[in-house]
Amino acid sequence: MLSAYPLKALLCFTLPFSTRIVVATQDPIIIQPIEFGAMSSPTYHLPPLPYGYNALEPHISTQIMELHHSGHHQAYVNNLNAALKNHAAAVQSNDIRTQISLQQAIKFNAGGHINHSLFWRNLAPPGSSESKSSSAPNLIKQINATWGDEEKFRDAFKTALLGIQGSGWGWLVKTGTGADKNRLSIITTKDQDPVVGKGEVPIFGVDMWEHAYYLQYKNGKAAYVENIWNVINWKVAEKRFLGSSEDDNACLKSTQGLLQV
Amino acid sequence: MNSTLLRTSALRSAVRATAPSAASRATIAGTTFVRGKATLPDLSYDYGALEPAISGKIMELHHSKHHQTYVNSFNTFSEQMAEAKHKEDIQAQIALQPMINFHGGGHVNHTLFWENLAPTKQGGGEPPKGQLAKAINDSYGSLDGFKEKFNTALAGIQGSGWAWLVQDTQTGSVLIKTYANQDPVVGRFRPILGIDAWEHAYYLQYENRKAEYFKAIWDVINWQAAEKRFK
Ligand SMILES: [Fe+2]
Ligand SMILES: [Fe+2]
Ligand SMILES: [Fe+2]
Repeated sequence: MLSAYPLKALLCFTLPFSTRIVVATQDPIIIQPIEFGAMSSPTYHLPPLPYGYNALEPHISTQIMELHHSGHHQAYVNNLNAALKNHAAAVQSNDIRTQISLQQAIKFNAGGHINHSLFWRNLAPPGSSESKSSSAPNLIKQINATWGDEEKFRDAFKTALLGIQGSGWGWLVKTGTGADKNRLSIITTKDQDPVVGKGEVPIFGVDMWEHAYYLQYKNGKAAYVENIWNVINWKVAEKRFLGSSEDDNACLKSTQGLLQV
Repeated sequence: MNSTLLRTSALRSAVRATAPSAASRATIAGTTFVRGKATLPDLSYDYGALEPAISGKIMELHHSKHHQTYVNSFNTFSEQMAEAKHKEDIQAQIALQPMINFHGGGHVNHTLFWENLAPTKQGGGEPPKGQLAKAINDSYGSLDGFKEKFNTALAGIQGSGWAWLVQDTQTGSVLIKTYANQDPVVGRFRPILGIDAWEHAYYLQYENRKAEYFKAIWDVINWQAAEKRFK
């Protein structure tokens, strides 16, 4: 299963079956006027999971993974594309009211797309080398320096996750700048607010919406938070910590963005 | 509203197991408090009685686990609040306010929600009458028009929350409002009818098809309870 990881960034782009597929010719001169006129907007797509729906069993059930990815994440992508399309039309027609009214829908659905795209990639099958914290030597060193040891870090993360009131996410984030550039902190975000603060680099996130665990854990979310440690992808976390996670960025580019790569 | 929340319900359901100890009760103005502690209210119907709109499994978890947790946590934080007041620790009191709002809101909201649901055999789904029906028609044209707007409001909630039909205590008119997480309907607006849009309210049965839940729940709405709240 592990050898089948499609880690190449380009595999993130399963282009929707439409005329946009012509972007693959990478010929912006010909395509741009046809595909990207003034009223066009970027189209985002659901990235394929880097593992099978059943790969995180028994910690996250196949049914949860399938609904979560093909249902929930797909809906964020669809709603984001719809909001951006309406926004582009409103820009074209100088309709500032509509542009403003669409801001929250864009933030929510783009946040949902970003958060889930990061989440899938920061998970890995249990027992895999990626799921061992030894795959993240630099990050673990910084975690130990910050919280004392891994156990204390996990306890602090758990407390943060269980303290979320309503839907949201817990993140380990690199927040530092300058000499203090490797500073780590645990943050929680509400609903689908993405981690996009200045200088903030998300290392890994845990989805605390009920849809992320309810079919399996029901009201026992503490057990979900306990078990998530078996499927954290420390290799990806290390990459993000070291600032070498181009794969993530590629995943989040729109099909229009692909042209510019 | 408060009188319905902290009372020990006379309506006992056969499935209920735990009841508060009678020893510590004190009656204030017709309302029974258990040393000011909130208790999980009994449902006036069985867990399976709202099927097929809401499954028995959902009702059981929702009432005996989720609501119970709000009750327990509210009591815990209320004790801490009392302690902070006793010590005149203002910072601690302020820090506790979000916990009181969330867990107290969870208790208040769910208590109102159970009351504004009923099995079809007990009148669930029967349209409102009288003054409330008139107020809804005045604001929304028809009951169907109102339900459509209400479902749109429910679908638009980004995250966990509730949609409520509320009455504006200043103007007397009714309107639809959504509230995030467990924010309770307090202050200027009076709660008339609430629908829980948290995923735990429907996920075991409807999964990501929440629009189906919003459509089905009208079959078990207790408009009589809503009429009693309307002034
Ligand atoms: Fe991807
Ligand atoms: Fe999610
Ligand atoms: Fe609920």
